[in-house]
Amino acid sequence: MIAHSIFFYTFSLIAIVSAIMVTASKNTVHSVFFLILDFISISCLFIMIGAEFLGMIMLIVYVGAVAVLFLFVVMMLNVAQQKNQWFSSKESSKHIPFGLIISTLIFVEILIVIGGWKYKPEIFDINNSANLNSVSNTHSLGKILYTDYIHVFQISGMILLVAMIGAIVLTFRQRAGVKKQSYIKQISRERVDGVEVLEVESNKGVKIDD
Amino acid sequence: MEYFSIIFQEVYKILFLLVPVLVSVAMIVWLDRRVWAFVQKRQGPNVVGPFGLLQSLADALKYIFKEMIIPSTSNKVIFILAPIVTMTLALIAWAVIPFGATQVLADINVGILYLFAVSSLGVYGIIMGGWASNSKYPFLGAIRSAAQMVSYEVSIGVIIINVLLCVGSLNLNDIVIAQKDLWFVIPLFPMFVIFFISALAETNRPPFDLPEAEAELVAGYQTEYSGMMYAMFWLGEYANILLMCAMGAILFLGGWLSPLDIFPFTLIPSAVWLILKILLLFFLFALVKATVPRYRYDQLMRLGWKIFLPFSLIWVVLTASYLFYFNLLPVN
Repeated sequence: MIAHSIFFYTFSLIAIVSAIMVTASKNTVHSVFFLILDFISISCLFIMIGAEFLGMIMLIVYVGAVAVLFLFVVMMLNVAQQKNQWFSSKESSKHIPFGLIISTLIFVEILIVIGGWKYKPEIFDINNSANLNSVSNTHSLGKILYTDYIHVFQISGMILLVAMIGAIVLTFRQRAGVKKQSYIKQISRERVDGVEVLEVESNKGVKIDD
Repeated sequence: MEYFSIIFQEVYKILFLLVPVLVSVAMIVWLDRRVWAFVQKRQGPNVVGPFGLLQSLADALKYIFKEMIIPSTSNKVIFILAPIVTMTLALIAWAVIPFGATQVLADINVGILYLFAVSSLGVYGIIMGGWASNSKYPFLGAIRSAAQMVSYEVSIGVIIINVLLCVGSLNLNDIVIAQKDLWFVIPLFPMFVIFFISALAETNRPPFDLPEAEAELVAGYQTEYSGMMYAMFWLGEYANILLMCAMGAILFLGGWLSPLDIFPFTLIPSAVWLILKILLLFFLFALVKATVPRYRYDQLMRLGWKIFLPFSLIWVVLTASYLFYFNLLPVN
């Protein structure tokens, strides 16, 4: 039990410190690396409470895909200067009220959720979560997702699909005058299409149409 | 004291796994160069030790005694962290590989997800190395490689879903045991081919070695590295290749199962079968390296997104409908 709590406090300390460092570090790329460290330690916490499936999905989706794209954007656009401007100038005081409002909102939300657990502890064990020990994590998640919450699950999938198509449509632009390579055209090209043998009369030459 | 004895036992087990992996990584480099040389009618490394077997050890010794140069404009912490990350990630994945019904370091429920997660983290070593070098070639190489690895991971993930549909469990040992009667390479052969090619791209092997395309990018993300740090990148890369081969062997070639469950085959221990299958896949890797020319970058992206991804997605639908129609879904 002692080892368990040692690990728990280590991971949560790393998570909190790296979350602070995400906003505090001057270098934007460092911020992203701290964000990745945060994700990893949170997925470790997930695994520690026995939610191994969630922990692994967290690693795969957030660290393996989302954070890579984050890193891409931060490295390509030079946002480092912008961030420094925001923090050094007097402009930054403009953002304080918004930050306060958002953080109060999140705080109230967390209070409501945790208060709900305290107020009605039976919320925890609705559905068939009683036999958690006999069934593996993945099975029980699948059983709930694909039976009780199938509509919500499908709708969230549709929303993601629509968001993806929207993003593609927004960034898609057709440029004129770009040479495109057509594989079928290339492969189906025969000798006759490219080469022509002509009989050339002397002192006449050949007219090449271009 | 009891606590310490448990820790010592675990450390002993881990060393028993890691040391053979590291030695076999060194040997596999030799095998790779040797196969490559034979395809091109050369001799390859054959001087150090019998058949040149000790060539990799000689190389490692050379790397250890060379100077580690850290560029003055680089981001030093991340520059040093990058090869460590690559190497560590390549080694921790071996914890879940089953060498037998009970011979596995960590028999976790979500083994295949763990493998997938660790292999998707591998991209960070490369990005960190490329960015921290603060130089053009490494940066371009890192960006190329990151885009490449992220794209091919998607199709590998979908291929894994294909296999999982037939198994009904994320545990690697369950996946192996599900192939007792029929290896998945036979019913899912197209998926095996796509997995093999995606594994080539995922580990930056030729013909997809664009991150280090020497004609364009000097050595890609490794350009500024020298000495032991370069060697660590190199070791991590080959450990990753071995890992991908192990993944292929477990998902499609029946892992530690013997090909036939009759007398002479059952004498050989299960770990040997897994190693033989890994070696077979690695031999194919080496042959591909020796024979196929390098892809162009846009063709590589086209292959990943426009061909492999739709094809493997369609195959998921086919597999699922086949299993559903014939009532073969593994429900428990």
